[in-house]
Amino acid sequence: MSKIHTILEVKDLRVAYAGSGERVQAVNGLSFGVQEGECLGLVGETGAGKTTVALSVMGLLPERTSRIESGEIIFEGRDLLQCKKKEMQAIRGEKISMIFQDPMTSLNPVLTIGEQILEGLELHNEEKKSREELIARVHEMLELVGIPAARYHEYPHQFSGGMKQRVVIAMALACSPKLLIADEPTTALDVTIQAQVLDMMSQLRERLGMTMILITHDLGIVAEKCDTVATVYAGEIIEFGTVEDIFSGEAHHPYTKGLFDALPSLVSTERRLKSIEGLMPDPTDLPAGCKFHPRCPRCKPICREREPEPVQISQSHMIKCFLYAQGEEEMGSR
Amino acid sequence: MNEILLETRQLKKYFQTPRGLLHAVDDVNLQFRRGKTLGVVGESGCGKSTLGRTILKLLEPTSGEILYKGTDIAGYGRRDTKRMRQHMQMIFQDPYASLDPRMTVREIISEPIYINKTMTDRREIEKKVGQLMETVGLAARLSNAYPHELDGGRRQRIGIAKALALEPEFIVCDEPVSALDVSIQAQILNLMLDLQEELGLTYMFVTHDLSVVKMISDEIAVMYLGKCVERAPSQELFSHPYHPYTKALLSAIPVPDLSCRGKKREVLKGEVVSPIDPAPGCRFALRCRHCTERCTQGPVELLEVAPGHMAACCRWSEL
Repeated sequence: MSKIHTILEVKDLRVAYAGSGERVQAVNGLSFGVQEGECLGLVGETGAGKTTVALSVMGLLPERTSRIESGEIIFEGRDLLQCKKKEMQAIRGEKISMIFQDPMTSLNPVLTIGEQILEGLELHNEEKKSREELIARVHEMLELVGIPAARYHEYPHQFSGGMKQRVVIAMALACSPKLLIADEPTTALDVTIQAQVLDMMSQLRERLGMTMILITHDLGIVAEKCDTVATVYAGEIIEFGTVEDIFSGEAHHPYTKGLFDALPSLVSTERRLKSIEGLMPDPTDLPAGCKFHPRCPRCKPICREREPEPVQISQSHMIKCFLYAQGEEEMGSR
Repeated sequence: MNEILLETRQLKKYFQTPRGLLHAVDDVNLQFRRGKTLGVVGESGCGKSTLGRTILKLLEPTSGEILYKGTDIAGYGRRDTKRMRQHMQMIFQDPYASLDPRMTVREIISEPIYINKTMTDRREIEKKVGQLMETVGLAARLSNAYPHELDGGRRQRIGIAKALALEPEFIVCDEPVSALDVSIQAQILNLMLDLQEELGLTYMFVTHDLSVVKMISDEIAVMYLGKCVERAPSQELFSHPYHPYTKALLSAIPVPDLSCRGKKREVLKGEVVSPIDPAPGCRFALRCRHCTERCTQGPVELLEVAPGHMAACCRWSEL
C-alpha cells in the first residue's frame, strides 16, 4: 500500500458564495484524496458542489463572490490555497489542467484552434523552445486526439461538437499535466460521439499515465471509466469507495442507493421508477443534522439533530450515515 | 386497444438553405396507437424534433399526410389547425426557456383555455387550474409564483399542466426530462406514466436517451438523418436490433454495471454527415462497417424483418 502515492489531497474544504445578502454554502467540509494514476469519479446532481471543488483546485473561483473558508488542497506536497497568484499560474495548465463541460463556449471564437493550443505551450515554455518546436508539438497533440494537423488554421465554428471537445482535450493535455480535471466532458455530446471521446480519453490516460478527476452525473460513465468514486451531496462527500464498493458492495448511503434506483435501466422491465422524494436542499438554508435527512426514507430522530461522522465500512469504503455508525443498536434501543 | 389515433404517411419536411435543400424529415411513416407511447430516438440533427413539430403543424409539412383519426390534417388552414391543436399538445424540452417569465403559474396554465375559449366562466377556469395543479403535483400555494422562483422539476410540471389544460388526446413530448437531474427525472417520468394511465393519453416521446425511451415507450422508432431506420416494439428493439446504426447506438450507452466494464464496444467512426442534399441510398452508409456498393445505389425501404419489426437495411438478413 505504501507504494501508492497520493497526488492530490483535499482536506476539510469549505467554500461559500456571497451574493445579494445571501450566503450560499456550496462546499461543506469536503475531503478526499486521489492516488497517482487513478481516475476518481465525482458523482452528484446539479448544485451538489462538484464544479466548485474543481474550481477550488484550479484556483479559478470567482474572486469577488466566493470565499474559501477553510481547508487545504495539497498537491505534490504544497498547499495550493497558500500559493501566490504567480505560482498558481505556473501550476495551472502545466501540472493540473481542466476540461470544461461545454466545448461550444470554452473555445475562443476569434482564434484558430492551433493558436489556442499554442497559447498554453507558450505560457509554460520553461525550456525556451523555439516557436517551430512548439507548433510541432501542437500538430502532435492534434493528431493525438484524432484531428488532422492540417486543420491547425481553422476556427472553432468550423468544427462539430465532438471535434471541439477534442480540441479542448488537446489544449488541456498539451503541457502533459499530472492531473486532469474533466468537468462533465461529454454531457453536451451525442451518445455515439460520447463513446468516441471517452474511448480516446481512456487511451490517452493510459498512454500518458495521467491522474484524472472525472466529474459527471452519469453513473454509466463512472462504471466504465473510474477506479474510485465519491458521491457528493449538498457540498459533502457522503460516500467514497472503489467502483466495486459502490457498484457491487452491499452497504450504501441511502442517497447513493436512491440515485441508482432512479436510473431507468436497460435490463429491467420495470415500468415505474423509484424516485427520490423532494428536492436538493437550498444551499442558502441547509437543514440541520444530516443534509439528506428530509429526503431520506430511513431517517431516524438522530439524523435531524447531529451531523453523521464518516464511517469506514472497509479499508476503502466510507459512508457518512448513522445507519452504519457504531453503537447504532444501543441508540435505537434507548 | 390497437386503434390508430394518428398516422403519418410519407411525411416530409425540407428546409431551403443557402447551401441546398435540407432534408430534415424524409418520408416518415409512423402509427400512433391510442393510449400508447411511441418513442422517437436519434442523435442531434436527425430530425426528431422537427418531426414532432411537423405533426403538430407548428411547421408546415413539405408533403405527405398526417391522418388524425383518419382525416388528413396536413393541408388544414389556420382556423382548422387551431381547432385540431386542442387535441394535440406539446411538452417542451427546456422548462427554463419555454415558460413566460412574466406570467404567474396560474396565468401560464390557464392561457390555453383563454385562447381557445374552451371555458368562459372565470371561476370555473380557476377551479380547473387548481385541479390541473393537483394532477401534476404542484402545491396550490404556488399558483401566484413566477417560473424563476421554481426549480426545474416544478417548472416541467407547469409545462405538463399547461399541455393538459385543453384535455388533449395526443401529446408530443420533446425531450421533457433531458434538462433534469436523475432523481427529478424519475419523478417526472412516473408522473407522465400515471397521467397516461388515468387519462388514456397517447404520447410521442422524443429523446436522445435510450434508457429513458425504453422505460416509457411501447414502441420505438430510431431516426437517422431524417429517415426512420428501424421501428419495433420496445423490448424487441433492445433485444434484437437489426439496423447497424441501432446496434451501434445501443452499444454506445454507458451501462451502470461493472460486468460491462472493459467490454470492447463498437465505436462508430466519423460523425453525422450533413442532411443537405443527401446522397441516394442508405444515409448511414458512410459510417457503416458493413456498407457495400448496393447500399449507396438506390433508396433503402423499411422492410418487415420480424413480425411488427421494421428495419431499413439492405443487408439485414446477412448481418
